[in-house]
Amino acid sequence: MSPHSRRPRSTARDIERYGALFAERTKVMKSSAMRDLMALTEREDVISLAGGLPDTSTFPADSYASLMGAVAAESCSRALQYGPTEGLGQVKRCIAEVMRAEGMEADEDEMLVTTGGQQVIDLVCKTLVDPGDVVVCEAPTYPGAVPTFSTYQADVVQITMDRDGMRTDELEATLDELERSGRRPKFIYTVPNFHNPAGVTLSLERRHELVRIASERELLVLEDNPYGLLRYEGTPLPTLRSLDQDFIVYAGTFSKILSPGVRLGWACAPAPVLAKMNLGKQAADLCSSSISQYFVSAYFQSTRPPSWEDYVRSVNEIYRRRRDVMLDALAEHFPREAEWTHPQGGLFIWATLPAYIDTTDLLARALEDHVAFVPGRAAFVDGRGGSDMRLNFSGVGEDDIREGIRRIGEVVREQVELYGTLTGAAPRSAPRREAVPAAPAAPAAPAAPAAPSEPAAPPARTAHDPANVLPLRRKRA
Amino acid sequence: MQDALERLGHDVLPVDVGADLVQRLTGAQPDLAFVALHGRDGEDGTVQELLEVMGIPHTGSGVSACIRAADKVLAKHAMRDAAIPTPDFYAFSETAFRELGAAHALPAIEERLQFPIVVKPAGQGSALGIKFARTPGDVPSALVAAFSYDRKVLLERYVAGRDLAVSIIDEEGTPRALPIVEAVPEQEDFYDFEARYEIGRTRFVCPAALDEAVAARACAIALEVYALLGCSGFARVDLMLEADTDELYVLEADAIPGLTETSLLPQAADAAGIGFDELIERIVAAAGAVRVA
Repeated sequence: MSPHSRRPRSTARDIERYGALFAERTKVMKSSAMRDLMALTEREDVISLAGGLPDTSTFPADSYASLMGAVAAESCSRALQYGPTEGLGQVKRCIAEVMRAEGMEADEDEMLVTTGGQQVIDLVCKTLVDPGDVVVCEAPTYPGAVPTFSTYQADVVQITMDRDGMRTDELEATLDELERSGRRPKFIYTVPNFHNPAGVTLSLERRHELVRIASERELLVLEDNPYGLLRYEGTPLPTLRSLDQDFIVYAGTFSKILSPGVRLGWACAPAPVLAKMNLGKQAADLCSSSISQYFVSAYFQSTRPPSWEDYVRSVNEIYRRRRDVMLDALAEHFPREAEWTHPQGGLFIWATLPAYIDTTDLLARALEDHVAFVPGRAAFVDGRGGSDMRLNFSGVGEDDIREGIRRIGEVVREQVELYGTLTGAAPRSAPRREAVPAAPAAPAAPAAPAAPSEPAAPPARTAHDPANVLPLRRKRA
Repeated sequence: MQDALERLGHDVLPVDVGADLVQRLTGAQPDLAFVALHGRDGEDGTVQELLEVMGIPHTGSGVSACIRAADKVLAKHAMRDAAIPTPDFYAFSETAFRELGAAHALPAIEERLQFPIVVKPAGQGSALGIKFARTPGDVPSALVAAFSYDRKVLLERYVAGRDLAVSIIDEEGTPRALPIVEAVPEQEDFYDFEARYEIGRTRFVCPAALDEAVAARACAIALEVYALLGCSGFARVDLMLEADTDELYVLEADAIPGLTETSLLPQAADAAGIGFDELIERIVAAAGAVRVA
């Protein structure tokens, strides 16, 4: 066999042989349900409103070069070396500064520097979740959390949201029900600010409620806050961590305020929890990137403009305009049957279509018109979200946003009209012309199948009846 | 299969189809095009037609066989006309609904096919867009979904039973049916898109545990379909063995069946003692290309 020969590809027998070695947890590992469709969304000829990519194009390249040059000149060997698992002190001081900007104080020994905020979710699961343990989260939830929960074989219970975020009344009722069946969740996962994917923000009242619930029941809450500083309107609300520290694990990240490429985030948690997470991180990757930590530290210390705050302000202005363009385009091109949220910050809008439209199938149709979004099912563990979609406005420019929404709207109207034709209901697919007022719709409530009319028994049929050519009322499924 | 072709001693130029396909092939002038495409333009004869225009031999079926196999409606009509068993069906274009009032015929169709009804796009190869309508209320949304993938859809009687796949390869000009693969989804209630492509999500049994007479009948039907559609080189015919009646029904034929790790044809070949490299070699040989020693 020549050095360049490769092993034969696996046959079914090989797959069975290796399959017997796979851990039980891999059998429940779910790839994104739309993996192959989603791969197409990244094609260059596709206007992708699917990704959650922040816009890094405005970070000054010469600043980047200067900062890396400074790291090379002053800290080369240390930047190239392993660092402590918990992270470098100088990065923790940057983290403290970021947290202070959101009204939180945190000591360095309360922090664990991680490889992105994503690793915080993983470490919390690694620390807390045994197979079958209950994890509570919102419905919809951050799509990137779903595979992590699946990897640890968590039993995920999702709580409905509305314009004010997670329904804490429903949370409490669900916790009571779980308690009656002898089950206690290991933690509650929430994205309180400008929720990914729903766009809504947990109200102040519900923040207090959630903290109260956590404290009374001694339940940990994982507060995932990547978007807190990306606010375009309204008044910042206190983080859960600033209301309580005993039962909050706070996850922060530099991904959206600086760069996802640095792969740096952090956790602040009660000391015993943090210690376990530290051990888990040590086993996972020993430490976060030293190069990235030195870069971030240099960035925060640099007197060269833009300061980190100014940079965040500048991208916020870009994102605010893009959000507004998307909202205007939705109002212009989506039919009356659609609803969507009006986020005060963050990167996403969540749209809900009539129940008879499956957004996974819609995506296939939309890709023919070279536009993409994330179908709602990716944000649920139980198959809900079939008529929802997540729309990102940070990853492409204003013209592409306008055109992308126009294309999606056209496809949606096409399906609304077709459904009307199939059911005999009057088509109402004309796009709205007036702007939608800033009143976010309730996202993600499980929708019953739409019935164009009241359920009625079909006419009695015999084996010899000819086709009934009158439009029949459809039974509800 | 690129690896296998290289192990067999061929010079391989991998080509991902795009706007420059014709130019690249014109420049490369290959001895043979090994067609391993999925989806509309790869399986419906489009690429085969281009290859034939350019005078480049290719593996697998020719243009007309690909067209007939890729269009489920065409294939089922051909099968029905040839008295090959296939589930009862009706097929419509989107135009029929939008402009000819075909929706008014749905009650009659539902009565004739009986629920549950499988609603599927005519030209989609994987399970994307396939919906089960269990009640009349399900049918409109199922049609909307299917029309997301194709301008023509099928409404088909659901056959409850075992999911069988008969792979066929040409051996010196004679089609041979390989051991039957039965696909048993582990979690989903039918063989859907995810199960098709995820290792571990479907249990494959090959050879399928079938009564000898049933297996022989399934192979015979598959070979009949292969000939009817004019396939060559290799193909796969999917059938259902109805649980209540033990009747066999052809669902569809795939003129360009997959050659991935979870694909059925390599598994069937493996069960027949034909390793992957040998399978590739036979496909190449069937296309009439000269094998490099």
